[in-house]
Amino acid sequence: MSAEVLPYTVKPHPVSGLYSGKMGIWLFLASEVMLFGALFSTYIFLRVGDPAWPSHEETHLSIPIGTINTLILITSSITMVMAWASCKMNNIAKAKMWLTVTAGLALAFLVLKFSLEYYPKIQHGNVPSKSTFYAIYFTMTGLHALHIIGGVAVIAYFIGPGAKLWKTDPEYYTNRIECTGLYWHFVDLVWIFLFPVFYLL
Amino acid sequence: MSGDHHPELSFWRKYIFSIDHKVIGVQYAVTALVFLMVGFSLIMIMRYQMAYPGQSIPVLGNLLGSDESAYIAADGSMLPEGYNAFGAMHGTIMIFLGVVPLAVGGFGNYVMPLQIGAPDMSFPRLNMASYWVFFVGGVIMLASFFVTGGSANSGWTSYPPLSDIANEGGHYFWNGQTMWLLGMVFLITSSLLGSINFIVTIIHLRAPGLTFFRLPFFVWAQFITAFLLLLAFPPLEAAGVLQLMDRLFDTSFFMPSGLIVGGQILDQYSGGGNPLLWQHLFWFLAHPEVYVLILPAMGIVGDVIANNIRKPLWGYNTLVYSSIFLGFMSFVVWAHHMFITGMGTTLSAFFAATTMIISVPSVIILTCFLISLWGGAIRYTVPMLFALSFLPMFAIGGLTGLPLGLPASDIFLHDTYYVIGHFHYVVAPGTVMALFAGIYYWFPKVTGRSMSKTLGLLHFWPSFICMNAVFMPMFFVGLAGVSRRLWSQEEYELGALTMGWVRMSSWGAWGLGVAQIPFIINFFISIRGKKVDQNPWQATTLEWAAPSPPPHGNFEVTPVVHRGPYEYSVPGHKNDFSPQHISEA
Amino acid sequence: MNFGMLADSRFWLPDDFSEHGGRIDTLINSVHWFMAALFVGWGIFFVYCMVKFRQRPGHTANYTPVKAKVSKYLEVGIVVFEAFLLLYFSIPAWADYRNIPEPKEGADERFEVRVVAQQYAWNIHYPGPDREFGPCRPELVDETTNPVGLDLADPAAADDFVSINNFYMPVNREVFVRLSSKDVIHSFSMAKLRVKQDVIPGMETPIWFKAIKEGETDITCAQLCGLGHYRMKGRAFIVSQQAFDDWFAKASVVEEFDEDDFDD
Repeated sequence: MSAEVLPYTVKPHPVSGLYSGKMGIWLFLASEVMLFGALFSTYIFLRVGDPAWPSHEETHLSIPIGTINTLILITSSITMVMAWASCKMNNIAKAKMWLTVTAGLALAFLVLKFSLEYYPKIQHGNVPSKSTFYAIYFTMTGLHALHIIGGVAVIAYFIGPGAKLWKTDPEYYTNRIECTGLYWHFVDLVWIFLFPVFYLL
Repeated sequence: MSGDHHPELSFWRKYIFSIDHKVIGVQYAVTALVFLMVGFSLIMIMRYQMAYPGQSIPVLGNLLGSDESAYIAADGSMLPEGYNAFGAMHGTIMIFLGVVPLAVGGFGNYVMPLQIGAPDMSFPRLNMASYWVFFVGGVIMLASFFVTGGSANSGWTSYPPLSDIANEGGHYFWNGQTMWLLGMVFLITSSLLGSINFIVTIIHLRAPGLTFFRLPFFVWAQFITAFLLLLAFPPLEAAGVLQLMDRLFDTSFFMPSGLIVGGQILDQYSGGGNPLLWQHLFWFLAHPEVYVLILPAMGIVGDVIANNIRKPLWGYNTLVYSSIFLGFMSFVVWAHHMFITGMGTTLSAFFAATTMIISVPSVIILTCFLISLWGGAIRYTVPMLFALSFLPMFAIGGLTGLPLGLPASDIFLHDTYYVIGHFHYVVAPGTVMALFAGIYYWFPKVTGRSMSKTLGLLHFWPSFICMNAVFMPMFFVGLAGVSRRLWSQEEYELGALTMGWVRMSSWGAWGLGVAQIPFIINFFISIRGKKVDQNPWQATTLEWAAPSPPPHGNFEVTPVVHRGPYEYSVPGHKNDFSPQHISEA
Repeated sequence: MNFGMLADSRFWLPDDFSEHGGRIDTLINSVHWFMAALFVGWGIFFVYCMVKFRQRPGHTANYTPVKAKVSKYLEVGIVVFEAFLLLYFSIPAWADYRNIPEPKEGADERFEVRVVAQQYAWNIHYPGPDREFGPCRPELVDETTNPVGLDLADPAAADDFVSINNFYMPVNREVFVRLSSKDVIHSFSMAKLRVKQDVIPGMETPIWFKAIKEGETDITCAQLCGLGHYRMKGRAFIVSQQAFDDWFAKASVVEEFDEDDFDD
């Protein structure tokens, strides 16, 4: 059975007020909260249990780069909303433009992260095995970077082959952009927590 | 809607990469049954070593250890390496590749959409993905037996630091413990995809008139289970990632400073980690996991009992509320697995209290089932026998949890055979018997044919007796104070005194193996067995409103629901069963 | 199949040599009586229903649910009894077991040892007559000559000695054990003393108990610790103060090392 035949694939369910995909993505995000929640708990557990936890000066994390990356991600959230709004306003060309901008910002984030943060750290021997601080830092930001990469792949799909759906069912396509956006906001939100936890505290 | 004409699908799309929930359900069930057999075979071999330590295993011994690289056995008798490897993989396979995929992936996928009158799951392609991700995870687990150094051997709980440094002799990546972690990541992902699908389907695709309190208890059980999987599994995924980091990149999440293994200081690790972190993350999953194993079983038992007592279940609402409460509470009891790690009085009192509280809904559920029997007209069909046997077995399993949940008695019983007896009574004679009930009950729906009653009885009675012969002695071994996971307990004073019980367990296990032969025969011959009509058990729930086997899209007309799930023997009605979808009875 | 041993098999708790063990045993026994009573009660009801309400000609099921108050009373009863077990038995017993008493003023009779677990042996580290433990450092560990990494340069370490797998203790004295592990998680278990404590590497876990009877019990590792888990076996000897003093005097002169205990 193709997905289109199933009820509430596109139209919202009268009681839940959500179409199935949106409820699915919310549930997925709930599980993501548990995943990152477990990792943040790990961070607290390790930090509280380690009297030799490095101070901010010892960690060599650059607040300016972190701040720029934070701003990049916040901007990308806005452009993601613009993409969805353009779909709603029936302007697919503009939507694709905003999606491209979003993906571009995400790539900029990754480039900064890898070239100015990961690479010099590894060069200086500040690798995950050096201390539990670097271990949790690389694990959490790395997992977050994987989420960004996943998001970029999905956005690229909706700019490219996924956009065919617009021709047959624009509402369905718009819904998918909305779900992608929800995921994207969540990934940004995780960074909003990661930034202070590792760079500032 | 669903009566539409569907184009013929190719063999691959129809049976292998199908997006039909029924095909996926059968794929899950068959794969899980194979895994159950594999996991059970491992323990049947191990039980020889336990009963007759160091003696060569008849027939199989030489097959397991003929060449020099063999780690399982040498000169026909089991090595400690093989024993630990089989032990770890027995637990992993039975739980993550056997029972959960059968109970949730198999029965949940096949029966749940039918019971709510849906044409399919909400996300059919996600459903297919979930099966194939599970399949890959299973293949990785099985493949790990054949790599250098053998499979994971640090117990199904994989406690670090032992697991962090396990299988050191093998390949950097393709070694037992790393593959175990990788396999777990796949299995967790699969469960996650499945659980999202289940929840959305149950909320969105219920047939008109099928309100939440008209859902069969089985659907409720699946609904709660899905939430447990969704929320409890990610922390284990996080823990798995951390352990992978420890193994692959020498991080020290679970490694404290200054460890000396075999006289060597482990200086590749920075130290600063904590082994208890793993236990917290692991049990945060693994306790809800117990309810993931037991709730679907209760769901099956509820449906089968209602059908065979020919009256409504007693206290349906209570059952539902108890199950929801059980689900919530299962998130706050995890540290009762960790009393003797050095826990203080306050924390242990808290977890002991939550543990005592969680026993209450279990008792209520059991009581509801028992009182349901009162005033019924009990039909002793094969599924009913299995479902009835669940009740006393689950009672034993649940009750023996009490002395383990009380910290003071846990001092003595922790990590003894008593624990093994306890949780096996819950999942083996409990859940597995309920799963058999489900197989016999829904087989006619899946195939349109019934299973043989004679072979069913030949399966039931020996299984029931052997199950108890296997697990009852474990309580006595445990009360005698014998530790679990010993390759040989004969050298220990108390171990030597309980060898009789251990042998009884072993013979029970082999008997249980033999007792499955009638089932296997029955399963295969019944595929070509006697044809039955759409509703052979004269049941009321919606799956019986669809043809047997249901076509693609399930129902000829979308059913409309008029009443609760278990309206049997309603006064004034023509039949002793009033199906949910028929308006006038 | 030889079940001849079944007749001789032990099926309930082993002897108890400890002071606190009586409470644990009472708790275990009471819980089991409670469980047995519940199970038998349920069982009688279950079997009665299965016979009385079997399907047969002329018997039909009753649609109206039975009004069963008894189940509510039962459930409340179970809750009350569980609360009683927890509050009256378990929590106080646990608190006494876990909370290490403060050293008494003046002549403290406490007898203290360190137990260092490793794959697959128990190193019982006695402080020697000065009752003071010498410092231990991981880098000093030598599996054949210095398994606990004792810093012999320190005066406190001079009279320390290590007994491998054999744990001698005097009867009727509070024994304080400071548990630690060199490698993985072990669990220090002595069934007849009703003692069990996980040994977590990276931390020192204190336990205490008092043996009130002379006797012997196995020291078992209760937590899977590797391939040799099954042979991580020690023996605890509870002896009279006199016998203990004799042994102690002899042992503190001759260090007890047995290389055979350290094959991988």
